[in-house]
Amino acid sequence: MSVIAWIVEGTWPACVDAARVWAPEGAEIALLHVTGPEAPGVAHGAYAGLLGRASPERDPGTRLEHLADASAEHLLDAAAERLDRPCTRMKRTGRVEREVVDAAVDADLLILARDGDHSHLGPHSLGPASRFVVDHAPCPVLLVWPEPAPSVSTIPPPPTHPPHHR
Amino acid sequence: MVAVPAAGLVIVTGAISLDHAREEAVRLGPVIGFLAAVLVLAQLCDDEGLFTACGAWMARAAAARPHRLLVYVFAIASVTTAVLSLDATIVLLTPVVFATAARIGARPGPHVYACTHLSNTASLLLPVSNLTNLLAFAASGLSFTRFAALMALPWLVAIGAEYLVFRRFFATDLDAGAQAPAVVESPEVPVFAPATVVCTLAGFVLTSAFGVNPAWAAAAGAAVLAARALAQRRTTPTRIVRAAALPFLAFVLALGIVVRAVVDNGLAAGLGHLVPGGTALPALLALAVLAAVLANLINNLPAVLVLLPLTAPAGPGPVLAVLLGVNIGPNLTYAGSLATLLWRRIVRAHEAEVNLGEFTRLGLLAVPVTLVAAVVALWVSLTVWGG
Repeated sequence: MSVIAWIVEGTWPACVDAARVWAPEGAEIALLHVTGPEAPGVAHGAYAGLLGRASPERDPGTRLEHLADASAEHLLDAAAERLDRPCTRMKRTGRVEREVVDAAVDADLLILARDGDHSHLGPHSLGPASRFVVDHAPCPVLLVWPEPAPSVSTIPPPPTHPPHHR
Repeated sequence: MVAVPAAGLVIVTGAISLDHAREEAVRLGPVIGFLAAVLVLAQLCDDEGLFTACGAWMARAAAARPHRLLVYVFAIASVTTAVLSLDATIVLLTPVVFATAARIGARPGPHVYACTHLSNTASLLLPVSNLTNLLAFAASGLSFTRFAALMALPWLVAIGAEYLVFRRFFATDLDAGAQAPAVVESPEVPVFAPATVVCTLAGFVLTSAFGVNPAWAAAAGAAVLAARALAQRRTTPTRIVRAAALPFLAFVLALGIVVRAVVDNGLAAGLGHLVPGGTALPALLALAVLAAVLANLINNLPAVLVLLPLTAPAGPGPVLAVLLGVNIGPNLTYAGSLATLLWRRIVRAHEAEVNLGEFTRLGLLAVPVTLVAAVVALWVSLTVWGG
C-alpha cells in the first residue's frame, strides 16, 4: 500500500501524525512537498519593474528559487524526523494543487490537512489548493484538521424558513 | 539598454536641441550622483550583515506567529525602502524575508508580497526612497526636510491601508500557523552600518538647512562605509563601483533626454489639457490617478519625467500628488507596468507559471484604497504645513 502525506508549511505536523496513526504497518509512506512558483515569480516581477537595472545576477527571484529549494528540503527533513518510520521524500515544483493530484495518481491514500479557516466547521476550512485536491484526487483521501477541530456549535443554525418544496 | 542609443539618436536628428539636452543632463547630474551614493550605501549595509541580522531578529521576535511576522516585515520593509531606497528592499531584503518565513515554517506568500508592495508604497517618505522622488525633488524646489514633512502623513496612511488590505487578503495564509524555529542563531548585530545610515539621515537635514545639496551627505555616508570596508578588506573597489550601477545611471540620463525630446515634440501640448490645475482635493486626486494610470502603461520613470514639467509650475502640491500616483500605481501590474511586461516577456523568460490572477486581484484591492487614502492625507498635510 502506498500512502502520500502532503507536507505544507504550517499545517504539516497534523498530516505526519495522521500518517503515523492510519498508515498500516509495512505501507510505503512518501512525504510530498510542492514549491509553488508564486514567491520567486513575485520577486522576479518586482525586479523587472525596476526599469534599467538589468543585471540578471542580482535578480532576487533567482535567490528565492534556491532558498525555496533549501526550505523544502528542510521541511521534509523535519517531517521525516517526526514520522519516525521509513519513508521516501518527493520534492516537486509547479502549480501546487495540480502537482499534488499528479503525484497521487498511483497512491492508495492521500493525506492532507485543511488549509483554510480553522475556527469554523464548514466549506471555508478548505483553501483553494486543498479544495482543488479534494475535488480532483484520483485516490482515497484522508482529510485532517491541522489542530483540534472546532466545535459542532460553529455550524450556523439551519434557516428558519424551510426551503420550498417543488 | 536601448535608451542610450535612443538618446544619441534624438540629439543627432535634432529632435531635441543640444541646449535642451545639456540642460537635462545638468538637471539630472546631481540626482544621479545622489542615487549612486544611496545604492552603494545599501550594498555596504548588506555586506555588513544588516539585513541578515534583521532576518534573525524577525524570526526570533515573531516566534511561531505569521501575523506578527507580517507586522515586522511591514515595519522593516517600510523603513528600508524609505531610507535605503526601493532597490534595497527588492534586491537585498526580499530574499531575507523569504528565508525568515521559511525558517519559522510560515507560508511565504504574504511576506514576499509585502516586500514588493511596500517597495512601492513605502517609497513616499524621503527624496532618496525612490528615483521618481529624486527627480521630483529636483524639480519641486522643496527642501529635504519639507519634502519629508509633507510626505510623512501620506507615507504612514498608505502603509496602514496596505496593511489592512493584506490582513484581509492573506487571512488564510496568516492563520495557517507556523512552527517555532528550533534554534535561531543570533548573528552579530552590525552597529557601524546603521549608525552611519542614521548620521547620513541627520546629514540630509543639516545640508538642506544650509542650502547644500543633500547628495553630498549621501556621498559622505557611502564614503565612510566604503573606506571602512576597504580598510578591513571586506570589499573591493570593483564591488563598490558595481554597486553604484553605472549602466543604470547612464540609462536614467538617457531616459531623461529621450523623454524631454518627446515632451518637446508635442506630448506636453497633448497632455497639457488633461493635467488638472490647482491644489484642491479633487484636482490632487485626478492628478494622482492620471499618474498611476500612466505609470501602469509606460512604467513610472518615464511617467514622472513626462508629468513633472507639466505640474512643477503649479507648486509642490501637484508634484507630490504625481509622486503618490507613480509610486503606488505600479502595484497594480506585475512588473510595474504593462510596457515592462511586454518588453521583457518575464513570464516566458523564467518559464514559471506566475499567478497573475492573485497578483492582479491584490493590486486591484490595494492600489485604489492606498492611493485615495494617501491623496487625502497629502491634502491634509498641505493644509496643515501650507503648500
